[in-house]
Amino acid sequence: MTTETTAEPKQKVYFDLTTSPHLHSKWSTAKVMWFVNIALAPSVAAAIVFFGIYQAIIMVTAVAFAVGTEAAVQSVRKKQVTWFDGSAALTGLLLALTLPPNFSLSATAIGSVVAIGLGKQIFGGLGYNIFNPALVGRAFLQAAFPVQITTWTQPNFAVDGITSATPLAALKFDKILTETSSMAIGNVGGSLGETSAAAVLVGGIFLIVVGIVNWRIPLSMIIGMIVFGGIFWFINPDNPTPVFHIFAGSFLFGAMFMATDWVTSPITNKGMWMFGLGISLILVIIRIFGGLPEGVMYSILFMNAFVPLINRYTTPWVFGAIKAEKKNE
Amino acid sequence: MKSKTFHGGVHPLEYKELTENCAFETMPLPDEIILPVSQHLGKDASPQVKKGDEVLSGQLVAKAEGFISAPIHTSVAGKVISLGKEITASGFPKDSIVIKTNGTIGSEKILLSPLNPETITPEEIRARVAEAGIVGQGGAAFPTYVKLSPPKDKMIDVVILNGCECEPYLTRDYRLMIERPDDLISGFKLIMKALGVDRGVIGIENNKPDAIKLLSEKVVDEKGLEVISLKTKYPQGAEKMLIKAVTGKEVPPGKLPMDVGAVIQNIGTAIAIHDAVVKGEVLTVAALTVSGKGIKIPKNLLVPVGTPIQNVIDFCGGVTEDSVKIVVGGPMMGVAQFDLHAPVMKATSGILVLTKDEVAENPETPCLRCGQCVGACPLNLMPTKLARYSQLQKYEEAEGADINVCMECGTCAYTCPANIPLVQWIRLGKQKVLEMQRERAVMNK
Repeated sequence: MTTETTAEPKQKVYFDLTTSPHLHSKWSTAKVMWFVNIALAPSVAAAIVFFGIYQAIIMVTAVAFAVGTEAAVQSVRKKQVTWFDGSAALTGLLLALTLPPNFSLSATAIGSVVAIGLGKQIFGGLGYNIFNPALVGRAFLQAAFPVQITTWTQPNFAVDGITSATPLAALKFDKILTETSSMAIGNVGGSLGETSAAAVLVGGIFLIVVGIVNWRIPLSMIIGMIVFGGIFWFINPDNPTPVFHIFAGSFLFGAMFMATDWVTSPITNKGMWMFGLGISLILVIIRIFGGLPEGVMYSILFMNAFVPLINRYTTPWVFGAIKAEKKNE
Repeated sequence: MKSKTFHGGVHPLEYKELTENCAFETMPLPDEIILPVSQHLGKDASPQVKKGDEVLSGQLVAKAEGFISAPIHTSVAGKVISLGKEITASGFPKDSIVIKTNGTIGSEKILLSPLNPETITPEEIRARVAEAGIVGQGGAAFPTYVKLSPPKDKMIDVVILNGCECEPYLTRDYRLMIERPDDLISGFKLIMKALGVDRGVIGIENNKPDAIKLLSEKVVDEKGLEVISLKTKYPQGAEKMLIKAVTGKEVPPGKLPMDVGAVIQNIGTAIAIHDAVVKGEVLTVAALTVSGKGIKIPKNLLVPVGTPIQNVIDFCGGVTEDSVKIVVGGPMMGVAQFDLHAPVMKATSGILVLTKDEVAENPETPCLRCGQCVGACPLNLMPTKLARYSQLQKYEEAEGADINVCMECGTCAYTCPANIPLVQWIRLGKQKVLEMQRERAVMNK
């Protein structure tokens, strides 16, 4: 072994030759998904406070089965297993938050399997699904367990006059109007995540501030509700006010967390407005004329189907192109 | 003052603090310079020297060929040792003149005769700009005198001086603005005179408040000149974005700024014009920023054109252990280097040595259809769609979706949370569409 080495001038060789841009924002798919999970923390806390610790078990079950289904399907399809990117966990958590308190654990597990299996993986996995997976899971449960999923529990701090029925059901079937203040705080009957408007807004505004949720979707849904709900209220004052519509049921939860799902909402700004307004219009019609008291889930799923069409017809004008055409005329 | 801007864009970390307080230093002459005959957009200049010739500093070594071209002058005195292909920062070898510097100091630079900026005519300004080999300092290196010679039927009503410097890291325009404000305004007035325009706007991003303040004070008594504060956002300095912010007009696809009555010039170009007219200097020095966390001593430098990048890096103390990438230009549109013999050229604006930390990328995942790229694209394109077409080799569809309008600013790829190399796919698609269009043109003939 020779110890003699000639001191060669050391020149560093650079192999990172990827093309510009050489900088990248610090976001990644996984980071986005975990941020949304974190933004659901206030709603999770509100559910446990109002309906008891058992609800945490529902959420854990939903998340575990969602993640498990994702991993299982990806393994079978010999794809990279990406359960840790937080997207399956998010679907599970969202699904759990749409379920009524004290819901059956086995049914929850089935809902998660359907949400990931039929709602997402069957289309090819993350990014390729047409419908919001959590809502697909819930729609399945609604069809399979119609009684359990509309069996409500009285909240822990119920004040006088508050029944276990949701404000929308109370209004529809018993003609009882619930105080808006109760709906804002959340001590009313309803699904785990939807009852506390305040908790939903905290999480939603956090997502808007960090730039994950595009404000156009929740805002257009609220404007749509004020306009369309207002029209029906104006025609017949027996119909609920737009304010009631906004705070009742899962409207805000849907506006902040369900309709804003990146994969199943439009990619153009104009499209987002159309999408949000469309959801509100369908929702008002379902709530007022439909047999069901609530319709956020169906109206979002319905508009999900229109997203490819909306994207196509709202392709923005290329910079400068409108003016060029006018000049040529 | 409310800052003007355009729709879309992103705001990357600026990293300007690395060099914004570094005054320009003059780099010593290297032992050898490499002068590619193509340092501008347009036709190559044709060499006027042969191997073995002795040249003087500032001497013309290659003359302009045709209308869109620019002459090349040597920045050193010495001997021509070779003529042939040499690597350039674009990654391609180009015909170059290599000159060995003779050690003797005192080789005075050849100057053209100084002209009086008060009495000079527009024709004289254009002739001098052409003679001095001045090209746009913004990166594209378009021969400046061509920009100063718009066709007769184009009405130009505003000249905009681009002081945005929207690329992160770079601070050379900022330093030029605060170190040489009077020369800058003198050069700007020469540009306006050459174009016969009486409105001039200096657009500066609002992350440079002292430059805005200084130049605003300087133009108070100048008729027709004003300074406009622009929002700090990438790519504010892109021609179309700057015109939109300043005039509200949109340059249609495939058209030039002059089609909406605007001409844009860079800060460095205005100073080069001042130097050429008032001092008689030809363009042989590049003002550039050497920055990044991977360079030991970040600096702003005046570098003789033709100096190999390696020399510049050595002059700045060399690179750190964790450096992984060397970029010529800005971090959003610059070119990564594999051979540090490539020379600094007339329009080189920066040399960046980046560490792993700075260029870190997250793993690529499928498109989440979040619409971030669509919202950020300053030209209102749908990057995710264009990239997809390119990936699937659907070039006809890509053409129909205006892929050729893309200016490759990289905003989409920067912002994509799924880390899809959007602009890289689009760049490939643009090439393929151009090839397709050329073939079509041949077929039609």
